[in-house]
Parts: sequence; structure tokens; C-alpha cells
Amino acid sequence: MNPQLFQLICFYGFGFITVVAALSVITLKNTVHAVLSLVLTFFSMACLWMLADAEFLALALIVVYVGAVMVLFLFVVMMLDIDQEKIREGFVKFLPIGLIVAVAMLVEMLGLIGVKAMHAQVMGPDPAAAAGVSNTAWLGQALYTKYLLPFEVAALILTVGVVAAVALTLRQRVGVRHESANEQVRVNPRDRIRIVKMDAVRPAQPTPVPPQEPSS
Amino acid sequence: MPNLNDILIMLPELYLVVAACLLLLLDAFMALKERPWLHWISIAVLLVAIYLVIVGQPAQSVTAFGGMFVRDGVSEILKVFALLTTAIVFVYARPYLIDRKLVTGEFYTLMIFAVIGIMLLVSAGSLITVYLGLELLSLSSYALVALNRDAKLPSEAAIKYFVLGALASGMLLYGMSMVYGASGMGGTPTLDLAQLHHVSSYTTAPKLLLFGLIFMIVGIGFKLGAAPFHMWIPDVYQGAPTPVTTFIASGSKLAAFGMAYRLLDAGMGDLSHQWQLMLAVLAVLSLAIGNLVAIVQTNLKRLLAYSTISHMGYLLLGLSAASPEGYAAAMFYAICYALMSVAAFGVILALARSGFECEEISDLKGLNQKSPWMAFLMLLAMFSLAGVPPLFGFWAKVLVLESAIHANMLWLAIVGVVFAIIGLYYYLHVIKVVYFDKPAEGSVLAAKPDISLRVVLSLNALALLALGLYWGPLLSWCRSAFGL
Repeated sequence: MNPQLFQLICFYGFGFITVVAALSVITLKNTVHAVLSLVLTFFSMACLWMLADAEFLALALIVVYVGAVMVLFLFVVMMLDIDQEKIREGFVKFLPIGLIVAVAMLVEMLGLIGVKAMHAQVMGPDPAAAAGVSNTAWLGQALYTKYLLPFEVAALILTVGVVAAVALTLRQRVGVRHESANEQVRVNPRDRIRIVKMDAVRPAQPTPVPPQEPSS
Repeated sequence: MPNLNDILIMLPELYLVVAACLLLLLDAFMALKERPWLHWISIAVLLVAIYLVIVGQPAQSVTAFGGMFVRDGVSEILKVFALLTTAIVFVYARPYLIDRKLVTGEFYTLMIFAVIGIMLLVSAGSLITVYLGLELLSLSSYALVALNRDAKLPSEAAIKYFVLGALASGMLLYGMSMVYGASGMGGTPTLDLAQLHHVSSYTTAPKLLLFGLIFMIVGIGFKLGAAPFHMWIPDVYQGAPTPVTTFIASGSKLAAFGMAYRLLDAGMGDLSHQWQLMLAVLAVLSLAIGNLVAIVQTNLKRLLAYSTISHMGYLLLGLSAASPEGYAAAMFYAICYALMSVAAFGVILALARSGFECEEISDLKGLNQKSPWMAFLMLLAMFSLAGVPPLFGFWAKVLVLESAIHANMLWLAIVGVVFAIIGLYYYLHVIKVVYFDKPAEGSVLAAKPDISLRVVLSLNALALLALGLYWGPLLSWCRSAFGL
């Protein structure tokens, strides 16, 4: 079989799966199923990148997103008590309008760019292959030389993410009972138990004075 | 390879990054009773950054990191004013934050990170820097809007801002990918804005390029808050803590102008005949929606939100002229708007107390009897926003209208004048409430005893008057940035 034809078939196959999975993310009723189809979207997207010779990105997508982020997401979705029906409200009602808008936009886009532009375009040679190194090595070199500034700014954005997450979630709420390990460790026995010496015989207690009724 | 020269060009930004990280550490390790010092340290950090920007100003445009970062006159001016307005916001914010127990290191750090985003955005030399700067600014802003977790409105505003912002970023990225693709058809694909300038002359897919341009304009329109991409502005302005609103209405708008200038002129300048009319349509829509809907507002923050939308219309008027003169007028307008909105929100911040946001127009009833000086400052801010001579806002309006006329868009200038007159109504309404209405029973309306706030607010509002009388130097500074 012609390898190029095989690649083309693979491309359309994975592309189709990606689109179908992405659609089911927003149409499936069950949230857990939606997250699972998001995993499928990512996976078939990674396959598409693999076809485009971007092995490192494809693997990173699977390891980071599918492996870590989506699993975490799945846990969160499972733990949340989401009222399925309430979320779905209005979905069917607005579906026709949404479909019309989507189809109109698709037609407009195809009309504007033109189906003509969809024929094969020969892009420049793969820079990694031209340099004679692997895709990963080339990416690493590019990130730390040519794209150093964007790379560091991306790190800065992640820092902002961390700061924002802490600022938004770490707060002292009054009236919430929680354990303070710090205080538990630092506790002094004297604070907890007070040894009181008492007389063996109870002294005669003075009779309590009944509270005076306020005169009206 | 990046070298020392690249780092020296980026010195103000790098300094701010280091300072923001140090502030985070200081916040974590400072004793509780020394925390208030963070406020003054943050202001000092910003002032030093202004000094670094001005001192390191290059004689002509220089680039760093292979053209990804551009330092020229435009970026210098925008950076100075973004830093300045943020420092002013810090001063105004303190009593408000103390009242609401929001004085945390995170507020200051996130603000400084947002300013770094602005600085990257206005000196972006590549699509990738534009996007990253925008995200740095936006992410910090989303978090800042949601900072007051105990109230309901801020969370709602933050979610709306986040969802719509993510959508707009997606649109922008989609447009950028199209432009990148178009640049690769018939040449080497490039993200560099200076190289993208010539794409339209060689690309074999001119429609794809145009298609990308439209999506980028959607992203710009959202960031500016121009109609019809203005939906987020009223809710975010109302819901966000007022200091954050002040920042979004001042520094953020300078960034949006910088981004529009970089993308449209530096990147897509060859297509200016295409985007001129698009911007003109956005301008007319913003002027109409902003000014007409503002009339029925009863909430002062919402009113100022719609006033922002109309002001962005005027800014777009200058941009759509697509000439250095128009850009200079638009930049002058952006700076003017930033100073005016900071002053207007400053009065709200000065009057707010714990449990009283002072955000309804009726809250200002009889302000003149209770606190005449604050009433006068509000008068200056409102007159300047309305564009009453001889205040600053008047000259800014005149300049953008003039640039529109010079660009053969007389109709646009006429629309601008008509809506300026309509807009006068709701600004005057606020002044009427302040000066001629009787104070409500039990209203206090005393300005905060905070000395720094009073002094800076007075200077800020009086500057609107001073710059209105003596606007030449600032204008010639703006014009020199565009080689005029």
C-alpha cells in the first residue's frame, strides 16, 4: 500500500474521531462520559500530531493531559454533585438556533477561504530533519534559544496560576471546625490538665441569692 | 542566542518579575504587624520601574530576543502610564482593602504580574509575545476580580470575565493561526510582526490572511471592550472590587491600545484599507451602545462601564484613521482616559466604607454639602469624561475627531460629535445629583482620612484640569513616538 495514501487515511480517520469525540464532550448527558470523550479527543489529537512528526508534543499531550490532568478532572467531576437535568436545561431549546449559527458560520468560512485553499500545500522542510536531530532535541534547543522569552513568560503565567489558586482557595472562614496540627503539636500538658488541690471536706457553700426581679 | 544586550533592553520587565517574586516571599515570611509595609514597598517597586523605563529609553526602536520584544517610543509611553496608574490604584485601594480585609500580598503581587503582562503586550514584536502578554494580564485580572470570595457578585463577575475572556483568546489564537498559515503559503511561515507586515504582498492565500485578521480584530475588540464585544464590561465593572475595576478601566485599556497598535499597524499595516472600515463600524457601535445605554443606568460603576465602552469608540476612531497622526491621537486618548477613569473611581473609593460601596448614583446625593472638595473632584472627573472644555478629555476628543476628518471619514467624526453631546447628559446627571440633590437621611459621605489617598486623588483630578490647559508637551511626546 502506498505509504502516503495510508497516512492520508490515518489523518482523516483520526480527524473524524477527534471531531466526533469533541462533539460528544458537549452533547453527552453524563458528565463522566463527557470527560472520558475529552480524553478520547486528546488521544486522537495526539495521534494526529504523531502523523505530523511532532512526537514529543504528542507524548507530552498524553502523559500530561490524559495521564494527569484528565484523571484529576475525572475525580473532581465524580465528587461534585451535579444536577444533570439542570445543566441540560435550555440545551434542546437553544439547539436549533445554535445549529443554524454553526452551519451558517461553516458555510461562510468555507465560502470565504474557499474550498480551493484546501488542496495540499507543500510546507517547508521539517527543521528538525534538516538539522539532523530528533524532534525532541530540536524542540528543546529551540525552546531554550530562539523561544527563550516566550518560554519564560509561560513559566510566569504558571506562577500567576499558582498564586491565584492559593489566593482564591486559602482563606480562613469563621465557624468552620478544623484541626490545626501545628497547635496540636505545640500543646503544653499544663494547658490541658489543671491539677487542683481540693479540701477533702466540701466547705459550706453560701446559699445563692436569687436574682432580683427587675421592677417594672 | 540571547545575550546581555537583550537582557538590558528588557531590564524594567525583568526587574519587575524579580520584585514580584520577592514580594511574594516577603508576604509569606513577614511578621503580621509588618505586613502593612508591603503596600509602600509595592508602590516603591512600581516607581522604580517607571524610573528604569525612562532612564533606559533608547534613542530609536530596538529589539531583543530575535525581534520578539520591541522597545520604542510607543511602548515607553504606554509603560510609563500603565505603571503610574497602577501605582495610583495602589494608593486608592488601601483603605478599601483594609475595610474589606482584602489587604494581602496576593493583591499586590497579582497586580504587578498584570502590569508585567501589560508591558510585554505593548512591546510585543511577535504574535507569540502578544498572546503570552495578553494571557499574563488576563489571568491575573480574572483572579483579582474574584479576590473577594465572601461576596457573591465578584465570583459571578469573575466567571463571566473568565469564560468570555477564554473565548476571546481562542478567537485571537484562531486568527493568529490563520495568519501564520497564510504567511507560510508562498514563503516561510513566520510569527514575527515585522515580517508579517509584508505577507499580503506575496501570500498565495490572501483570503486566509483576511480571515485571520477578522478573528484577531474580534480578540482586540473584546480586550478593548468595544461593542459588540462589550458584554462583559458592565458586569465585571460592577462585580469586581472597586480597586480592581479601576485597574481594568485604566492600565488594561492602555494595554489594549498597545495590543491593537502592534497587531494592526506593525503586523497587518499593509491591510489597513481592509481593517479601517471594520474598526469604524466597531467605533460607531461602541459610541451608540455605550452612550445610549449609560443613560438608563442607576449604578455608578455600571454607568462608568458603559462610559468606557463609548470612550473605546473614540479610541477606535483614532485607530481607524490608520495614520501616525491617528495613532498618536488614539494613544493620547488612551492615556487621557486612563487618568480620567482612575480619578472617577478614586472618588468612589474615597467615599466607600465597610458595608457601603458608594456605587449607586443616588448614594452621591448631596455630596457637595457633606464633602465639598470630593464633590469638586468628582465634578472635574465627570466634566473631563464628558469632554467639557477646558478639561483634558476635551482635547483628547478633539484630536481623535480631527484625525478621523484627516483620514477622510467625516461621517465618523460627525457621529462622534453627536454621541459626545448625548453622552453629556448622563455625566451631567451625576453632577446634578452631587450638587443639587439633598443628602439622604443618615448619609455620611465623608472622605477617607487617609492622607496619601486625599493628596494623590486631588493631584490626579487637578492634573485633568492642568493637562487640559497645558496639553502640548504630552501630545508632542505622543506624536514623537510615531515619528511626527
